[in-house]
Amino acid sequence: MANAVHGITGKTYLPTFVEAQEEPVKRKLRGVRLDDVFDVLGSLASSWSLTYLLFGWLTGLQSMVGFVVVNFLLFLLSYAVITAIKNPRQEIKDRIITVLLFSAGVILISALLFVVVYTLTRGQIALGHLNFFTQSMEQAGPLDPLTVGGILHAVVGTLIQIGIALAITIPLGITTAVFLNEIGGKFAKFVRTIADAMTALPSIVAGLFVLSAFIRTGLVPRSGFAASLAITVMMLPIVIRASDVVLRLVANNLREASLALGATKWRTVWHIVLPTARSGLVTAVILGTARGIGETSPVLLTSGISAVMNLNPMQGPMISLPLQVFDFVKSPEPTMIARGFGTAATLLLLVLVLFVLARTFGGKAAGVMSKRGYRAANRQSLADEKRIENLIAARTAAKTRQKRNIKE
Amino acid sequence: MAKESFKTYLRDPNTPAVEFSERRPLVALGSLADKVFTWVARSGGIITLGIMVAVGLFLGLRAQYAFGSQGWKFLTETAWTPENGKFGIAAVLFGTVTIAIIALCVSVPLALGTSLLIAEVLPERIRSLAISLVDLMAAVPSVIFGIWGVFFLQANIIPISYWVSSTFSWIPFLAVTDKSGNPLTDPSAFTSSAVIAGVVVGLMVVPTQTSVMREAFSQTPLGEKEGALALGSTRWGMIRAVVLPFGRGGIIGGTMLGLGRALGETIAVYMIISPIFEINPQILKSGTNSVSALIALRYGEASDTGLSALMAAGLVLFLITLVINFSASSIVSRSRSGAESN
Repeated sequence: MANAVHGITGKTYLPTFVEAQEEPVKRKLRGVRLDDVFDVLGSLASSWSLTYLLFGWLTGLQSMVGFVVVNFLLFLLSYAVITAIKNPRQEIKDRIITVLLFSAGVILISALLFVVVYTLTRGQIALGHLNFFTQSMEQAGPLDPLTVGGILHAVVGTLIQIGIALAITIPLGITTAVFLNEIGGKFAKFVRTIADAMTALPSIVAGLFVLSAFIRTGLVPRSGFAASLAITVMMLPIVIRASDVVLRLVANNLREASLALGATKWRTVWHIVLPTARSGLVTAVILGTARGIGETSPVLLTSGISAVMNLNPMQGPMISLPLQVFDFVKSPEPTMIARGFGTAATLLLLVLVLFVLARTFGGKAAGVMSKRGYRAANRQSLADEKRIENLIAARTAAKTRQKRNIKE
Repeated sequence: MAKESFKTYLRDPNTPAVEFSERRPLVALGSLADKVFTWVARSGGIITLGIMVAVGLFLGLRAQYAFGSQGWKFLTETAWTPENGKFGIAAVLFGTVTIAIIALCVSVPLALGTSLLIAEVLPERIRSLAISLVDLMAAVPSVIFGIWGVFFLQANIIPISYWVSSTFSWIPFLAVTDKSGNPLTDPSAFTSSAVIAGVVVGLMVVPTQTSVMREAFSQTPLGEKEGALALGSTRWGMIRAVVLPFGRGGIIGGTMLGLGRALGETIAVYMIISPIFEINPQILKSGTNSVSALIALRYGEASDTGLSALMAAGLVLFLITLVINFSASSIVSRSRSGAESN
C-alpha cells in the first residue's frame, strides 16, 4: 500500500469494504458524576456537624440565624477543600460560584414565596367567614368578632376605581402606542420620551398631583373618581410603554403587504397590526391593571378611608383593597389585624388571577396564534372567499342581464 | 414568431431620446378614513402628552412658592414645620437615600445571582418556571410586603440587629446609641429602623432588577459563549469573560431601575418606620424618614404653604427618580446587550 502511494501516481484507490463496526459509545457530556454528588454530601455532613459542635457543645450559642449563616460558610469552606483534592483551582472557583448562584436563587424565591404564603396563611382566619365577602364594615366596630363585618365595600371600591381607570387608560394608552408606532415622526419621539419619563413618577406624587390639581381647586371632590384619576396617571405610562414595545414587534412585511393590497392605513392598523399584537396588548393591559390595583398611597390621598359601601364614584370617600389592608393593620386589635391579612390575601389572589389571565390570554409573540385562533382565522378566510365569489357571480349575472337587455 | 423573439431591438439613433418625466411623487393622498385615523391617533398622543406635561408643570408651579420662600435652605434644613415657615428636606432625603442604599445592598447580589442562575445554570424546564415566579413577584402589591415587614420582619430581626450593633459598634453607622453615646439595648430602639425598611423595599425591587438583568444576559451571543468553553474555560470562567461584560449595561440599568423604585416606595416604608425629622446616621436605630412617607404623613394639612412644601418635596423626589431612570435607560440602550431590545 505504502509502496503504491509513493510510486505510482494517477491511480485511484477505492477503499476496501470494512464490516460495519459497532456504533461507538457516545461520551456523556452532561449529567452528574457520582463523585460530585459525594463531594456535596460530604461537605454538607461535615459543615453541619462542625456547626453543631460549635453551637451545641463548645460555645452554646442559640440563634437560629447564626446557625444557618455559620453552617453555610463552613459548607463553602469544606466544599472548596474537598474539591481541591482532585481538581485544579479554576474548578474550585467554578463550583463555589455555582453554589453561590444557587443560594441567591433559593434565598430570593423562598423569601418571595414566604411573603406570599405568610399572607395567605394569616389571611385564612378571616377568609373562612363567608360574611367577610358579603358585608361592609359599617356595622362592625374594632372589638367585634370576625363573624361581623367584611370587605365587600373595599372589593366594590377597587372594582369601580380600576374600572374607571381602565376605561380611560385602555383607549388612550393603545391609541397613543399606535400613534407612536404607526404615524411616528419627531413629535411621536417626543411623546415617547415624556411617557418614558413618567414611568419614574412615584405613585404618591401622582396622588399629590390629583389632590392639589383637582380636589383642592374644587373641580372634583375627594372620591372614587379622584382616586381613579390618580391611578390613571400611574397606569398610563406603564401601559403605553408596554404596548409600544409589543406593537414594535409586529413584522413590517405584514404592514407592507396590507398596504400593497390597497388597504388604507386605518384598515391596516385595525385588521393587521392590532390583531397580530393582540396577545401582547392584553398582557400589557393586565400587568398595568395589576400594578394599578395594588396602589395604596394615591387612593389614601385622593379618596380616603370609609367603612361604608359607596357605589357613587363622584361623591364621598371610597376605599380600595390595599388601602383597607393599610387601615385594618393600623389597629392594635387582633381581629382587625386578622381582617387586614384576610384583605391582603384577597388582594393577592386577585393579582394572582390577573397574572394567570395574562399568561393564558397573552404572552405569545406577535403573530403567533393559538389553535382556536388559527381555526377562527381559517373560517374567516373561507367566509371571505365565499363572499368574494358570490360578489363576482352576482356581478357576472348582472352583466349578462344588461347585455340581454341591450340585445332586446 | 419564435425566431423574432430572439432578435434584439436597438434604439434607432435618429429618434430623439424620450424625455423622462419627473419622478412620480409617492406621497399618498390618503382617504377620508385615513385622515380621521391619523387625526385621532395624533390627538391621543397629544392628550397623553398633555396629561404628562400638566403633572410636571403643575408640580413645578405649585412647588415654586415653597422653593421661593426657602431658597437653597430647602435642601439643607431638617425640620418640617411649614406653619412656622421653616421646612426643608435634608432629613427626609437622607432617610430616603439610606433606605434605598440598604435596599440595593440586599437586592443587587440576589438579583445578580438569580439572573445568572436563570440565564446560565438552570435547565430549560425549570428556567421558564423560575422566570414566571420572578415576574409574578413583581406584581405583588407593596402593601403586602409592608404588612410582612411589620408583622414578621420587625419582630424577627431585632436579635440580629442587636447582635450586629453590639458586635460592630466601632463602625459608626452600625452602632445604636442614645444622644450621649451610650449603647441602647431596649428592643424598641431597633423596631422601626432604616434597615428593616430597606430590607423590605429591597425584596420588593429584586424582581424588577432580576428580569432586566436576565434579559441582558440571555442575549449573549451563543458563539462567544461556546468559544470560551471550547478554549477550556469553566462555566464561571465563561460567565466572567463573556456573559458579565456583555450584560454590563443590563446590570447597571437594572440596578438603577430598582433604585428608582426604591426611592419612590411609599406605603411599605410608611408602615415600618417611625418618622423623625432629623438626620439619623445609625441605620439600625429606630427612626428614619422618607420623602414619600412624609407626603403620606402630612397630606391632610390644610394650609397652602404646607401643600406647596409637600409638592416641592415630591418634585425633588420625582426629579431624582427621573434622572436615575433616564440614565438607566440610556446605559441599557448604549450597551451591547441593549442595542437590539427596546
